[in-house]
Amino acid sequence: MAKDIFKKVMQDFTGEPADLIPVLQRVQKADGYVSADAVRRISRWLKVSENEIYGVTTFYAQFRFSPPGRHHIKACLGTACHVQGGEQMLDVLERRLEIEPGETTADGEYDLERVACLGCCALAPVVMIDDRTFSRMSVLKLQRLLDERENDKRSP
Amino acid sequence: MSAKTISDRRRIAEKNWEKLQDSARPVVYVGAGSCGRAAGATEVIEAIKGHLKKRRVDAKVIEVGCIGPCYLEPLVDIQMPKMPRISYSNVAPKQAVRILDSFLEDNGIPRFHLAGHFGEEEIDGVPRFYDQPMLAPQVRIVLRNCGIIDPENIDHYLARDGYKAIEKCLSMPWKEVVETVKDAGLRGRGGAGFPTWQKWLFCRNTESDQRYLICNADEGDPGAFMNRSLIEGDPHAVLEGMLIAAYTIGASRGFIYIRAEYPLAIERLKSAIVRMRKLGLLGDNILGSDFSFDIKIKEGAGAFVCGEETALIASIEGKRGMPRTRPPFPAVAGLWGKPTIINNVETLGTLPNIIRNGAEWYSQFGTETSKGTKTFSLVGKVRRTGLIEVPLGITLREVIYDIGGGLVKDFKAVQTGGPSGGCLGEEFLDTPIDYENLAAAGSIMGSGGLIVVDKDTCIVDTAKYFLTFTQEESCGKCVPCRVGTKHLVHILERICKGKGELEDIAKLEKLGHAIKGGALCGLGQTAPNPILSSLKYFRDEFLAHIKDKRCPAAVCRDLVVYRIIKEKCTGCQRCVQVCPTQAITGPRSEPHNLDEEKCIKCRSCYEICRFDAIAGDAIIIES
Repeated sequence: MAKDIFKKVMQDFTGEPADLIPVLQRVQKADGYVSADAVRRISRWLKVSENEIYGVTTFYAQFRFSPPGRHHIKACLGTACHVQGGEQMLDVLERRLEIEPGETTADGEYDLERVACLGCCALAPVVMIDDRTFSRMSVLKLQRLLDERENDKRSP
Repeated sequence: MSAKTISDRRRIAEKNWEKLQDSARPVVYVGAGSCGRAAGATEVIEAIKGHLKKRRVDAKVIEVGCIGPCYLEPLVDIQMPKMPRISYSNVAPKQAVRILDSFLEDNGIPRFHLAGHFGEEEIDGVPRFYDQPMLAPQVRIVLRNCGIIDPENIDHYLARDGYKAIEKCLSMPWKEVVETVKDAGLRGRGGAGFPTWQKWLFCRNTESDQRYLICNADEGDPGAFMNRSLIEGDPHAVLEGMLIAAYTIGASRGFIYIRAEYPLAIERLKSAIVRMRKLGLLGDNILGSDFSFDIKIKEGAGAFVCGEETALIASIEGKRGMPRTRPPFPAVAGLWGKPTIINNVETLGTLPNIIRNGAEWYSQFGTETSKGTKTFSLVGKVRRTGLIEVPLGITLREVIYDIGGGLVKDFKAVQTGGPSGGCLGEEFLDTPIDYENLAAAGSIMGSGGLIVVDKDTCIVDTAKYFLTFTQEESCGKCVPCRVGTKHLVHILERICKGKGELEDIAKLEKLGHAIKGGALCGLGQTAPNPILSSLKYFRDEFLAHIKDKRCPAAVCRDLVVYRIIKEKCTGCQRCVQVCPTQAITGPRSEPHNLDEEKCIKCRSCYEICRFDAIAGDAIIIES
């Protein structure tokens, strides 16, 4: 990651090992992912071994190791979403985007994530695109939503 | 700020609050919690603001939290001068504008989308909001401010008796606070139900130069959102609860461990903390006393197991969130080895109410062993979904049918306690909800998720869902959980594919009990609950999958087929157009064909036929 961004992150912390997770979160927010270079820098700064950093980073679902897409799609698979057909939503997304959860489309437009619960259970099933939550989805509604986005892209 | 200045500030806040209720200009309240926003509240607010500007009306627009009935979102309340607040439900931007116009042009109270009013007096033909069937049986203590006040405005909280409880505590010896909470009978709302006072006492009685308080807002149970709603709707209630707990146990530093999936709740907490600090409610010598306390927010990074106390502590320390053996319990040796109390959001949010109104008042609600109220997220196949607060001891039937309005199709089961709980069938509908009864039935109270399912939900699939979840979230430290849950999932997958054998049932039970007895932490010990309870109450459904290779609910994909009913199909071609694999063919106006070989069971044809079609209901899913 760029040196000046990292410097900015460093300013907000005292540099204790306990800051590791918040630091990783900040790095991911700035860069979109945790790069090998970032891990090296954090390791030297917090005096925590790279091994240990990878141990922590891989433990938590939040961290990713490859650059994300321009837009993030989250399919909620909480219990309420599951019983209302959340699995089918994920299916549609996988088929349409031709990627699996955790991957990014070849054109870098979308990345896909399955999440445990977005907390909008009363309006299940839900799908989140960037900061917008789409509630009470169905296979058809989702397909139309993706169609619309594609059309908008073609004719800006 | 001293105690005197806070009462001055409260007096002004109370006056302003009264003024707001009596406002000479229109006030619009929009439910803009995460659920409201998901239902489209953001667009509604934009439309309202735009319209008010266009009409040059001087009005106030306030974003409030979620009042509970999520199925009515987006909710818009309008308060005209000399009129009570009147609530409208399922309001789209266009309708919001129409409702506004009707009020502004003095055309009387619009009747469409009308949900009810918040006034004291009768209004012709308009019901009171709280008289709605979903709200009438509820007792709102911890949720009293949610959806009513502006969560970003500390004065609103102050005006409604906010921070009076901590003022009262500061004039009490800590032991008296413990006694009050003990007499109130408050038990931990995170799920286990351990008496709050007892945990506090363990911590306070441990000699140490430093004690910590942690608010557990890592609401990981899928299908539960009580804590999110409370923080979004009334963050100061939780923060005041933290002050009370910290004062009592003698902690000077506190943390809020909150899921990163709740960005709005995090934002609300951050701004609430800034405002508290300005009023001297955080920091050194709070309200002029010798009690000092500060709070730091720690965002979780997506690990269910971090809801477990010792794993949560490891995560705050910057490590992998893996539990350790207890004892020593965190109350004795927790964060960085110091005595630490971890209380759930709802437990903390309840505290100010108990201190303000007294133990006797609180203990009038609930049962002998489970006092007070509990919030639940009532979701799934009930008609009225949302967040509710009810006195403990209420029956599942009252919650599902009176509050939730029942189901459209036949009731099958209610899942309580999330991945650590179980599925309870019809025979438990009259069971009073409390810690003991739910445990005796083979489930748990848990943090408060109630997921109601009907005949279209497969119990085997649901058990597989939960086990897959806990298996993925298993931290891998102990063998029973790491290896055991994996095998449970394998067996369940086999059954769902129609490849199960009769011995599998005994295997599931044996392995389930072994994991329950052998796992290190609460996650592993309770992981088999969804299977064990389903096997107990829904054995037939497992047998149908194993013996008949059939899924009675027509859910398990390997056991179902999609079929076109020739007599009903009009040949409208809609399904042909949506089918992603060209499995459906046929000329227009003639019954179509569905090639089973090509069908990937994506459900598109089924949905378009049922909901949108000229024909309708010509495609069915059978097992």
